[in-house]
Amino acid sequence: MKLMWFHLMPYTELPDDFNQKHPSVWVDIHSSLFDPRRAHHMYNDFMDELEFAAEMGFDAICVNEHHSNGYGLMPSPNLIASSLARRTTDTALCVMGNSLALYNPPTRVAEEFAMIDCISGGRLIAGFPVGSPMDTCFAYGQNPSMLRERYYEAHDLVKKAWTEKETFAFSGRFNQQRYINIWPRPIQNDPHPPIWIPGGGSIETWRWCAEMDYVYCYLSYYGYKAGLTTMQGFWNEMAKLGKDRNPYRAGFLQFVGVAENRQQALDLYTGPAEYFYGRCLHIDPRFATPPGYTTEATQRAGIESMVAKAANVANPATKAALKATNMKDIVDGGYVIIGSPDEVVEQVRHVGTSLNVGHLMLLLQFGNMSKDVTKHNTRLFAEKVMPRVKDLFGEWDDKWWPKPLARGQRAAVPAYQPALAPAE
Amino acid sequence: MSELATTTVEVNGFPCRIWSKGRGPKLGFLAGLGGLPRWLPFLDRLAETRTVIAPSLPGYPGATGHNVLDSHLDWVLAVRQLIDKAGLGGCDLIGASVGGAFAADLAAIFPGRVRKLVLIAPFGLFDEQDPAADPWAQRKDNVASLMCADASRWTALVAPPEGANSIEWPIEMTRAFEAAARAFWPLGNIGLEKRLGLIEVPTLILWGERDALLPPSYAAKFARRINGAARAQTVPDAGHLAYLDQPDAVAKAALAHLA
Repeated sequence: MKLMWFHLMPYTELPDDFNQKHPSVWVDIHSSLFDPRRAHHMYNDFMDELEFAAEMGFDAICVNEHHSNGYGLMPSPNLIASSLARRTTDTALCVMGNSLALYNPPTRVAEEFAMIDCISGGRLIAGFPVGSPMDTCFAYGQNPSMLRERYYEAHDLVKKAWTEKETFAFSGRFNQQRYINIWPRPIQNDPHPPIWIPGGGSIETWRWCAEMDYVYCYLSYYGYKAGLTTMQGFWNEMAKLGKDRNPYRAGFLQFVGVAENRQQALDLYTGPAEYFYGRCLHIDPRFATPPGYTTEATQRAGIESMVAKAANVANPATKAALKATNMKDIVDGGYVIIGSPDEVVEQVRHVGTSLNVGHLMLLLQFGNMSKDVTKHNTRLFAEKVMPRVKDLFGEWDDKWWPKPLARGQRAAVPAYQPALAPAE
Repeated sequence: MSELATTTVEVNGFPCRIWSKGRGPKLGFLAGLGGLPRWLPFLDRLAETRTVIAPSLPGYPGATGHNVLDSHLDWVLAVRQLIDKAGLGGCDLIGASVGGAFAADLAAIFPGRVRKLVLIAPFGLFDEQDPAADPWAQRKDNVASLMCADASRWTALVAPPEGANSIEWPIEMTRAFEAAARAFWPLGNIGLEKRLGLIEVPTLILWGERDALLPPSYAAKFARRINGAARAQTVPDAGHLAYLDQPDAVAKAALAHLA
């Protein structure tokens, strides 16, 4: 099993009365709550944490894209990833991802991902989300009725930009470009960097991932219990399509807090978890469902079936049925796994086997968790949990993992320059 | 008065419903947000002296095909085909809300297609100093009061009729909002301002004085820029879809202008 360390980069100082005084953490969150001087430290802490995770031996470090969002400070995950490419050596860089329809022309995504792949020596995982309604339709003004069509077309353009050897013209419904010929080009060119698709649980996306042979990632904030129905739906669909049950076809997001024992875990992680599920997911429902964002097939399934009801759970703004914001319910609901290393090992193995996911994306920093606690959590997981879960799925081949240059072929990472650091 | 008749025409290969009723000279109606899930008292008032013909725009109740329309030109050409196929070329036309923007464009771009024009709180403009509300970012329980001064009028418009398919009905209602979004996202500004000067026909602009979606101040902008004789008139006790709130008053004002 691959253990991947994911950062959302939440603003950690939303006020205690945030939910009472502000309608939404997303789209129209007030600028007065953002202190750039504090954000300077947050960004640097967060990047330290990602680098620390790489040092501790996680298989990948993961970043993602959000806009006008109080729990996600990465409008451009590519900026962070390029910095990480310089400060890490062997760890895969999972950019989860670039919302394709927001880039005009989408050629930009092909170029920036190729840059990251070159700088990192071929360590990029290229994530292509459609993007949430809040990010795409509201913060970025995209038309919800055309979003998916634009997304698929942009995907075709990016993939062709990576693989086509000659300068070509692209004549799409939404994108027309006479000369596409990206420089640089990705190191991973057989045929292109691995493409992973974060999705909410629509059948159309499962089928598309199967057809294209992409990794499907279910990135819900509600943990393995709520995710079970969706992942079962995914695997049932794979079976129908004649695909094997290779767990590396799938990725799944899970919050985890490890400590010496359960009580200590509660002491350490209750504050950050309640901050996240309370303040960070305080989203005005008026931004949840712009018309056209959800396809009619998914609407039909939503009215008809439980699978799609579970799918809606992935959209944090439509979480009507799941609103736990206190630690007991958060833990009972499986949103956050906590406990001693033994307890976490048992639960992580259960997540892996019950959902059949080979790529486990871990949120070991969440809410307003400090750098110290984050590093503590990360170290305990790396030292006491990781070695006891890595063996899972050893019989399967991960065909969807980056294929970097051999170590000897890669540029040496420059030594840290102590002259630039303040005296200890 | 003739009974309500339903026919279907094709636009770009997709079916569009055409409702007609009444007697006398033909009068077209392009409905506002939500379209026409059902026949309206307002249309009955008009049908007393006119043959009312109400084509459904692509994606609105009774019609599909919105999702092949990618540009404003696509939309305008679809509306032109619909008007022609409904036999409304050269006739009087009432357009409301989203339908109002298309009616205005039709009169501007295809002179001769429209005889006299009535616009009821038409979409098409946006003023940063006096911004319109966002119809697509509303909590469910706010929509009705954004559409009508008397919220129950909207609720009655979209309520499933007896025997309606409980799965397909709400999808159809959502589709009407998607079709509007497809053409007017995100601000309703389709650059109509630049084309209003091409409208040469006598035009009456009606605006609900309690329109919570589009500011009634926009009425004067339309009246000022339209080249033909144009007059703006507010409708008391009416919201954005004034023809739902005040069917008699709106019908009376429209018929007087079209006489």
